[in-house]
Formats: sequence, structure tokens, C-alpha cells
Amino acid sequence: MRKLIFLLIKEFQQIFRNPAIIRIIFVMPAVQLLVLPLAADYEVKNVYVTVVDHDHSDYSRQLIEHIRSSNYFLLTGYADSYQAALKDVEDDRSDIILEIPDGFERDLVRDDEVTLNLSANAVNGAKGGIGAAYAASLIRQFNNEIRMDWAQLPRYSPIAMIEVTGSNWFNPDMDYALFMVPGILVILLTMVGSFLTSINIVYEKETGTIEQINVSPIRKYQFILGKLIPFWLIGFVVLTIGLAIARLAYGIIPEGSFGLIYLFAAVYLLAFLGIGLLLSTYAETQQQAMFIAFFLMMVFILMGGLYTSIDSMPEWAQVIARLNPVSYFIEVMRMVVMKGSTIADTGRHFAIIGGMAVFFNVWAIVNYRKRI
Amino acid sequence: MRCSASWPEAPSEVNNMKQFRTFVYKEFLHIIRDPKSLLIIMALPIVQIIIFGFALTNEIKNADIGILVTEPDEATRQLTERLDASRYFNLALVTDDMAEAEQAFRRDKIKLLVVFEPDFAHKLEHEHVAGLQLLADATDPNTATTLRNYAGAIIQDYQQEVWGEQVLPNRMEVETHMLYNPQLIGAYNFVPGVMGMIMLLISAMMTSIAIVREKELNTMEVILASPLKPFLLITSKAVPYVVLSLVNVSTILLISTTLLDLPIRGSLLLIYAESFLFISTAISLGLMISNITDKQQTALFISLMGLLLPTLILSGFMFPIENMPKPMQVLSNIVPTKWFFIIIKNLMIKGLGWESVWKQSLILLGMTFFFLAVSVRTFKRRLA
Repeated sequence: MRKLIFLLIKEFQQIFRNPAIIRIIFVMPAVQLLVLPLAADYEVKNVYVTVVDHDHSDYSRQLIEHIRSSNYFLLTGYADSYQAALKDVEDDRSDIILEIPDGFERDLVRDDEVTLNLSANAVNGAKGGIGAAYAASLIRQFNNEIRMDWAQLPRYSPIAMIEVTGSNWFNPDMDYALFMVPGILVILLTMVGSFLTSINIVYEKETGTIEQINVSPIRKYQFILGKLIPFWLIGFVVLTIGLAIARLAYGIIPEGSFGLIYLFAAVYLLAFLGIGLLLSTYAETQQQAMFIAFFLMMVFILMGGLYTSIDSMPEWAQVIARLNPVSYFIEVMRMVVMKGSTIADTGRHFAIIGGMAVFFNVWAIVNYRKRI
Repeated sequence: MRCSASWPEAPSEVNNMKQFRTFVYKEFLHIIRDPKSLLIIMALPIVQIIIFGFALTNEIKNADIGILVTEPDEATRQLTERLDASRYFNLALVTDDMAEAEQAFRRDKIKLLVVFEPDFAHKLEHEHVAGLQLLADATDPNTATTLRNYAGAIIQDYQQEVWGEQVLPNRMEVETHMLYNPQLIGAYNFVPGVMGMIMLLISAMMTSIAIVREKELNTMEVILASPLKPFLLITSKAVPYVVLSLVNVSTILLISTTLLDLPIRGSLLLIYAESFLFISTAISLGLMISNITDKQQTALFISLMGLLLPTLILSGFMFPIENMPKPMQVLSNIVPTKWFFIIIKNLMIKGLGWESVWKQSLILLGMTFFFLAVSVRTFKRRLA
């Protein structure tokens, strides 16, 4: 026990001796958490439209006004031809081209049918698709208004109607920060928790000081605990800073209990420290450790459900996502913060992350014995 | 060192060139001597492009939904079947108990709940109006809106099909064209973005270690004693990594076109030229980081922790820049991947030419010079 305490003192001294590392551990996550959620909003809105109006009639002007007055669309301007409008799209000044044909009003009234052209920039498929669908539904709405004027459709039609109403639960204001802040906090915590450990151990390997520890009477488990405990504690500090920022800067107060968040974080950090430890048994240089860390981090972030829904991925990718510990913590964070989920609701997550923690740590320790 | 003979007089141009080549050779040796790192550097982009190219999509489908119905009848059954059959939804729960539905929400089992009012079919038939509620889990606001829209459209379709649509007068038909990406494939957007991220981070990380390692291992003293000018010294460090990164670009492009079926509509030569420019930006960023830090740990953490999330979030391929608040839009301008993302999108996917990317290229060029200038300056100061 005494040996462990000395080791811990040594580790803390080593970590805090480098002021740059302290800044990276505590300041960088705080700054990123303060700034980045502001930018993380992928709702489809602010869709820019260029209009090619060949008709210049009353109706065409009304239609343009109807689209412009909606919340989704902003008018980039008018173009004389499709080619000119396409230039707007090419320069990313416009997302959608609405082409109103010559004789739009005349055909609508006389032939009862007229065709409009919508061309959407679909490089970003979701934005293009949803934007075009919104535009089409606005045109349909306008169409109904015109029809009311002309045909004097009876207001209460004999056709059966399903009246659809709805509401948004857990986030009625549709606040993106509420959604993103817990997720980004998890990512930052993960980076601090796991990669500091692996880099720290590999550093001892690279400089050869690990040999000195190996010939000392310190046991392996003491050495490993000495490496894990400091970063485990640092993880809690980062989490606390993060939750404080969430509260002060974004006014996010968890619906559920703080205790549950910390309890889950305790298990989660253990799993990630295990991953870090494992990494350090394989990597020989800090460079290698960092590249593997980078690779894992990209996969963990992009496949953690932070902003791309896991349900929409192909089957094999969903398997990867289910093996991704980050996705569980993000889910738990959001559940506790926004829905007030209890420990019973998150039992499955606890079991899986607990299993991962055991698995990675055992693997790392077994591997550690063999290699060093 | 061998070249110490040329110490007393000023080194001639020829000598300089020779020394430069020797230094480049030395850097290559460093890289080749560590095959594990080399393998990681080469394999990493391949694996990432494949995984993300196939897996990432911001389309929403297969969302788990629940149905709350107290008195099931023909109409509610048909509607439930239709919702389940659509590729957007996956029926995960049918219940008559609101408490159970609420628990399913809390446990993240369903994203949308469809609530039928009692006596649904009867009301629809006789009173011509029947109520239906869509309750969405708005934890993710975008998903909530999209799911409600999808469900609304399916219900509308059902209503029209089953209850007949009269031929209405004054019809406005809308013909929709999806430019550049008619099948709305996610990879068209994500591959250029991921490509920029991978290249920036790998190049910056590789290079940032290069100089710090020499500092940490004290071999820097030896190098400083050589007569090579700081600028050439720094460039000699960068050359091998430029070569490696260009190889990476080639594999990424190869995989994108063969496996992921991405088009290369613009000029391949220009894409390579722009990639070269972007790599130079990334590498000079790495050089700058390595010049202002003393330890590999610090350098690596700055390049990984400092670059990863900001480039991911601010480069515009995940979150549209026009959605950001003004200050964030301004801030996004300093992220090099933002400009590279626009360039690659324009060249590869839109098939545009030089006239569409010259502004972005100039910005990247400016950034490169800035990073290099800072590197050379901090380097000189250490010489003194």
C-alpha cells in the first residue's frame, strides 16, 4: 500500500511537472466545450433559393413570396436563365433553383395543370433531399390556396381526414446545445482519459525508465494501478469542469441525478483506461500510440451517434457502433440529462460498459506481463 | 558531421544542395527504420475512408417507433403496417399503456410514438375526422422533425389511397432534380470531408513529432551545428512527409472511385495539385507546432486534441456553416479543412474547374506561408 502511495505521488509529480500538459488536460477541453456546441447545428434550415421566373405573373410573384416568407428559405436572388442560376449553385451561394415556366399562370388556370422545376444541390444528400421536399410541400400549400380561390372547394370536404397533431418531447424548444453539449463532453473526457495513459506509459518505455521500475520491488499490479488511478481522478475533474460549463454557459441542468452520471463515468473511465493501457502494451513509440489513438478516436467519434444516427448505418457498421464504448456513454448522458432516466433505465448500458472495462483491463494486464 | 570541412567559409550553393539532399535522406531513414509507424500511417487512411464512406450518412432510416392504441381496428392495423413497411421506420413497440410508452422513451427504445385515438376507424368512417398524435423524442431535434414529417407523409398517402383522391383542378406539379448526386449518397459529402481531416491530422501529427523528437533526444544540437540554413533544414524535414501524404492521397482517391463509386468529374491533375497545396499547409502547421513545443507528448496532444474536434465540427461537412452563429462562421475561416473541403467538393463532385477554387487555394497558400514564417522565426530564436 505504501509503495502504491509513493508511486501515485511520483505519477502526479510527473504529470504536473509539465505545465503544457496541464493546460491541455484542463483548459483545452473547457475551451472546446464552450465554443464548439455553438457550431454544431445540422438542422436543415437557411436553404438558399435562386428563382428563375420566366412568367413574371401575379401568381409567380405570389408563389415566390410564399416560399420566401417561410422560415426555411432565403432568397439568393433572381436569375434570367437556368444557366445563370446554376452558377449560383456552383459557387455555393444557392442550394435550390426554382424554375417557373413561361405561361405558368395561364396554364394553371386554363389547362388545370402546370409543371414547376426544382433543382437541388445534392452533394450533401440530406440537405438537398429535405430542402427540396420542404419546397415541394410549400408549393403544394400555395396550390391549395389558389384552388380555394378558384374552385370554392367546400371547406368541410366529404373526404375522411386523419387529423395529425404532434409534439416534441424532452426538448420542446428544439435546442441543439442540449443535444450536443453532453455528447461533446463525453468525447473530450474520452480523449483525456485514455490517451494520456497510453502516452504516459509509452513515454517510460521510450526513455527506458520502465526498465528501472521493472527491476525495482514494485509489483506489476502496483505499477498499473499507479498509472491508472491518477488519470481516473483527472477524468472526474474534467467531467466536473464540463458539467459546470454546461450549467453556467448553456444552462443545462440534468433532469436525472448527478450521482448516476458520475457512477457511469467511473465505470466508463475504467474501460477507457483499460483501452489506453492495452494500447501502450502494443505501441513502441509515442508516435505509434498517438496514431492508433487518432484512428480509434475518429472511429469512436464518427460512429458514436454524436451526430450521425446509428440506426441509419448499414448492419456491419451498426455492429462496430455497438462495440464502441463512446456510443453508450453519449446515450446515457443524453438519457440522464434530458429524459431523467434512472439507474434502472440504464442497466443495460452499465452491464455492457462494465463488461468492457473488465475485458480490456484483463487483456491489457495479460499482454503487459508478456511484453515487458 | 562530415560537412564540417566547409565550416570556415560560407557554404556554396552546390554544397547547400548536397547537404539538403543528405538531410532529406536522413529523414527518410528515420521513417523507414520504424516500419510499424509507417504501416499505421499508410493503412490508417484506407481503413478510415472505407468505414466512413460506407457507414456515415445523415439520412435517417430504420428509426424505432412505438404505437399506442387502446382499441385496435382495421384502420389502425393498416396504418401500423404501412409505417412498419417503410424504410424509415421499424416497429419496436405496440402497447395500450402510456406508462409503458414513456418508459420506452426513457430507455431509448423508441424515437417516435404514434397515438391513435379510441374508436379510430369508426370515427374516420362516420365522422370523417379521426385524431392521431405523433410524439417525437426531440433529444435530437433534427431527427424529431424529420421523423414527424416522414410519418405525416405516410399517413397522408394512406388517407388518399384508401379514401380516394378526386381529380383536383389547377394542379401544380413539381419536377425535382437532384444535382450532382441524384441518389443522395452520403459518401459524396462525407468522403471529401473525411479526406481533408485525415490528411490534415496525419500530416500535422507526423511532422510535429519530427523536430520535437530531435529536441527530446538531444540530437538537435548536432543538427544545429550543421551549416544548413534554417529554412532548408525545416524543408528537409518536411519533404519525406509530403511524399508519404501524396501516396496517401492516391490510395484515398483510388478507394473512393473503385469501392465507393465516387465520381472524379473535374481534372485529376488539379485535384493532385490542390492536395499538394493542402498537404503543405498541414505539414507547415505540424512544423509550427513542433517548433513551439519541447516535448513529443505536448506536440502530439496539441495536434490531436487541439485539431481533431475543431476541424471536425468547423469544416462544414458535418454541420453546415451557414447554420452557425456569426462569430463561429468567422472562426471557421481559420480551419484549413474548410477550404480543402470546398475545393475537393467543387473539383470531384461538381466537376468545376480552377475558376471555382482559386480563392480557396489562395487562402490555403497564405496559411502555409504564415505557418512556415512562424516556424522559421521560432527556429531562429532557438539558434541564438
